[in-house]
Formats: sequence, structure tokens, C-alpha cells
Amino acid sequence: MNQDKGIWQWVSHIILAVFCILCIIPFVLLVSASLSSEDSILQNGYAFLPKVFSLDAYEYLTGNMSVIGRAYGITVIVTAIGTAVSLLMTAMLGYGLSRKEIPGYKLYTFLVFFTLLFNGGLVPTYLVYTQMFDVKNTLWALLIPGLLMNGFNVLLARSFFINTIPGPVLESAKIDGAGEYRIFFQMVLPLSLPIMATIGLFTGIMYWNDWNNGLIYITDQKLYSIQILLNQIMQNIEALKTASSAYGDASANAAELPGETARMAIAVIGVLPIMIAYPFFQRFFVKGIAGGAVKG
Amino acid sequence: MKKTLSRNKAYLPILVMMLPGMVYLLINNYLPMAGLVIAFKNIDYSKGIWASDWNGFTNFKFLFQTNDAYVITRNTLLYNGAFIVIGLICAVGVAILLNEVRNRFMSRLYQTVMLLPFLISMVIVSYLVFGFLGEDQGYLNHTLLPKLGLEPISWYMEPKYWPYILVLVNLWKSIGFNCVIYLASIIGIDQEYYEAATLDGASRWQQIRKITLPLISPVIITLTLLAIGRIFYSDFGLFYQVPMNSGMLYDTTNVIDTYVFRGLLQNNDIGMSSAAGFYQSVVGFVLVILTNYAVRKFSKDNALF
Repeated sequence: MNQDKGIWQWVSHIILAVFCILCIIPFVLLVSASLSSEDSILQNGYAFLPKVFSLDAYEYLTGNMSVIGRAYGITVIVTAIGTAVSLLMTAMLGYGLSRKEIPGYKLYTFLVFFTLLFNGGLVPTYLVYTQMFDVKNTLWALLIPGLLMNGFNVLLARSFFINTIPGPVLESAKIDGAGEYRIFFQMVLPLSLPIMATIGLFTGIMYWNDWNNGLIYITDQKLYSIQILLNQIMQNIEALKTASSAYGDASANAAELPGETARMAIAVIGVLPIMIAYPFFQRFFVKGIAGGAVKG
Repeated sequence: MKKTLSRNKAYLPILVMMLPGMVYLLINNYLPMAGLVIAFKNIDYSKGIWASDWNGFTNFKFLFQTNDAYVITRNTLLYNGAFIVIGLICAVGVAILLNEVRNRFMSRLYQTVMLLPFLISMVIVSYLVFGFLGEDQGYLNHTLLPKLGLEPISWYMEPKYWPYILVLVNLWKSIGFNCVIYLASIIGIDQEYYEAATLDGASRWQQIRKITLPLISPVIITLTLLAIGRIFYSDFGLFYQVPMNSGMLYDTTNVIDTYVFRGLLQNNDIGMSSAAGFYQSVVGFVLVILTNYAVRKFSKDNALF
């Protein structure tokens, strides 16, 4: 029997280790490409170890700080503002919905919940944001459409408030003369750190990774975030390839695009913050996923 | 009267707190729902959206007359179906193995590593895939295939490989997330079951089959039904970014979401695009209602409503 357990241990470790290697391998290829010399990539292709080590790609990045630094700055600003505002709005709405005694409670809850079931889809959303609110080519486009808040997180926060903040505590605070705002900001929020961390992390990653809003609403290069920049570079290269096979010369424009290794270096700095920050938050994250996804 | 008014007044601060969120949902979610009528209109920007002429089902007629409607529906359903089945088997399998690992540090390490792909954007994923499949410098064409004595393949021009590639990429990206969900419910199982089974001399394999799987099956069934409810929606990034929007591949990579996007922003065909969007929203809604009904039949606690 003990032997049985030992075998399971070994089999599990081996299979899981293989899975983990498969998960990590593409990143290794990416980092290795960004650390190779351009020539060695062109001659030998991508490899898991740089054949000729070179930091040229990263020098390219520092040399193009005006474009890349700007895109990075936009990503950081949008992520910071978006996450902070999103958290506040989600918490406040979720808290309101946890107070079943408010007038219209059922209607509000249904309105939030219904957004999970049905949506207008891309075309109407696009028209609302471009025709009515004119967000095209503004920073608003990266902050607001689709990302700022969602019904799922609101309901997640709501059930956390209902389950962990005892009603009597709120009552006694009220009797002691604390106003609603004071109760919310000084009592409820500090008690809700776990759920706030989880939702904040989800939202932060969503903002950091967003390329969709940029693709739809942004054509002005000054507003490119790092993900949009990466997307544009890739699309331009594909466009050039098609053009060059059709017309036979696109080499003139090709010079302006970053080389293979530089592209990979931009991708590396695009994922780096997440890869560095995430292990520290892993505890919250796994708990949040588990609690949120199963319980709803 | 006066009493209800003063009662409402007492709740005013809370209602004020709820206001920003409700306004956002109104703009972001409810206004576009009203915009679904666009599918029945002949959009003319000079007249504005609401004043444009009605044209009944013409947009739908055009959509369903083309081969596109068939291709995008088929692709959407087949891919999502494959994702559900393969994703489920792998995620449950890995979750069970993770639960076997007694060393806590290693278990957390495995979880952390497997969740990484879930955290990165589809743009980055497309770069990673390109590193393997790129025509001239990609790892497969340049290193692996020659070693095996095979000819290089123009991956981004050959539709037939993409069902496998997309299923693999999706599995790679989502397995960590899905297996954490199952792991959480496995951890929740009462240890006494296992202790009793061990005393009775049940092997580990028997325990998994007779205890673990039956006890997590409610979660499996609920999550699967919910995934079926969303089978008409697909991950836009996966189908747009990873094949690099390559026109040669549309036959096996085009899904409803990418079709609607291209109709709107690349081909300027708002009529057909909004008809496809309407089709997606309404069929999607019906599917969610039906699956919720099924979940409720199966286990009341797990139903959404």
C-alpha cells in the first residue's frame, strides 16, 4: 500500500514536471531569441539557447525610448487608473447590493445579473462608444469600454460582503453614529482585503494585457499601449510580407520595422512585469479563482 | 408617505455609492442591447443610427445566403466543443495528479508555472506561436523538421493544420486556470472517505475512481453545462491573433466573433456584421437559459438563477 503511494508520487511528479516544462518552453524560446544576435536568428532560426549572445535588441529598445517608453507609460497609466477606479466602483456597487434593505434592491441585483446573460455584441457597443461618446483616439477608449467593471466581479464582491461582514457590526457602528461612507471606507473595505486583492489582480492583468480596445478604437500612434504596439508591429510585418510577394518590393519600408530580435525583446518587456509580480500574488489569485469560479 | 421618503433618505448614501457602477452598466451593457435593432436597419451614417431606414430581414438573408454563415457556425461549435471535452479531461487529470503531490512547495510551484500562460495576452501568445511556426526562422521549420528529415511547412498558409494548433494553444493557455478550479473542489473533499477506503485496502487508483471523481462530478457537470451555454462565443484573441488574421486560413479559423469584427472594422459591412452579432447574441442567450435549466435539474445549488 505504501509502495502504491510512492509510485503515485513519482508518476505525478514526472507528469506534472513535463506539463510545466511545456508551459514554460515557449517563454524560453522568446527570451532566447531576444538575447541572440540578429544574424544568428536569420541564419539559424529561433533556438532555446542563444547561438550568438547579443544585447543589441535591448539596445534597440533604449534607442527607441520615445516610442516604446511612451507605449509603456500608457500601459502603466491605464492599468493603474483603470484598476483603481474599477475596484472602487465594483466594491461600492457590490456593497450596495449586499444591503438587502435598500429600496429597489431586487431590481438592481437583476440589472447587474442580466449583463452576464445577454449583451449587445461588438457592433452596437462600437457604435455607442464611437457615435454617442466619441471615445475614438482618446485615452478613454483604453479605460472604459468593456474593461472598467463587470457584473461578475460585482456579484463576487457582493457575496463576499454578505458572507464575511456580520450585520450586527454594521448596526453597532451605525448606533455609534458612523455614517454610511465612514462604515464603508473604514470598516467594510479593510475587512475585505482578500476579495479586493483578487478582483484587483484580475482587473490589473486585464488592463495590462488589453489590445482589443486599442485595435478597435485607437489609430493614433501616440496612444499605443505596449500590447497594441506589439500587435501593430506583427500586423505590419504580415502586411509587408503579403505586399512584397504581390509587388516584389517592400524592402524600403521594412527598414523602419524592428528586426526579429527587437520584436521579441519588446514582447519580453511586455510580459516581464506580470511574470515578476504574479508569484507574489499567487496565493490570493488561486484562492480567488477557486472561490469565485465554483461558488459564483 | 413621509415615512417611506425619510426611509429612502437614510439609504441615499448607499444609493449614491451604487450610482457610478449602475451608470457604467447602463452605458456599457444596456445601451448596446438597444442597439441590436441595427441588425434590422440599413445603416446610413448621414441619417444617424436611429433614423436610418428599416430593412427587415435583408441583412440576415444576405448573411445566411453566403457560405460564411455555415463556416463560422461550424467552426465556432466544433472548436468550442473540442475545447470543452479536451480541456475537461486534461484539467481534471492534472488536478488529480496535483492533489497526489504531498510536497506543498512543489505543488505550489507546479500551480504557479501552469498558470503563467493564462496570465499573458493573446498578442504575446501569437509571438510565442510565431517563434515555433514562423516560416523562415521558426523553431519547427528551421530546426526540428530538418532534423527529422522533413520539408519546412508554410504554417500560416495551410488551413488544415490550424484545428490542431488552435486546440493545442487553447489547452496550453487555459489548463492552469481550469485545473485550479478542480483542485479546489478536490481539496474540499472530506479526508475521512479516503481514510476509510485505505483501511478497506482500496488502491489509490480505486480511490480516485470511486471517491474523487464521483464527488467532484457536480462541479464538472456544472462547469461543462455553463461552457455549453457559452458555446456560441469564442475567444476572439485566440482566433484573431494566433493565426495572425491570415486570410488563407479563414476556412478553419473564422468564428462568429472574428467574422463580426472583420465585417465591422475591415470590410465596413455593418449590415452583415450586425446580423451575425444579433444571431450570436440571441442564440447565445437561448443557450444560456437552456443550460441553466439543465443545471437546475441536475443540482439546484449550482444554477445561476
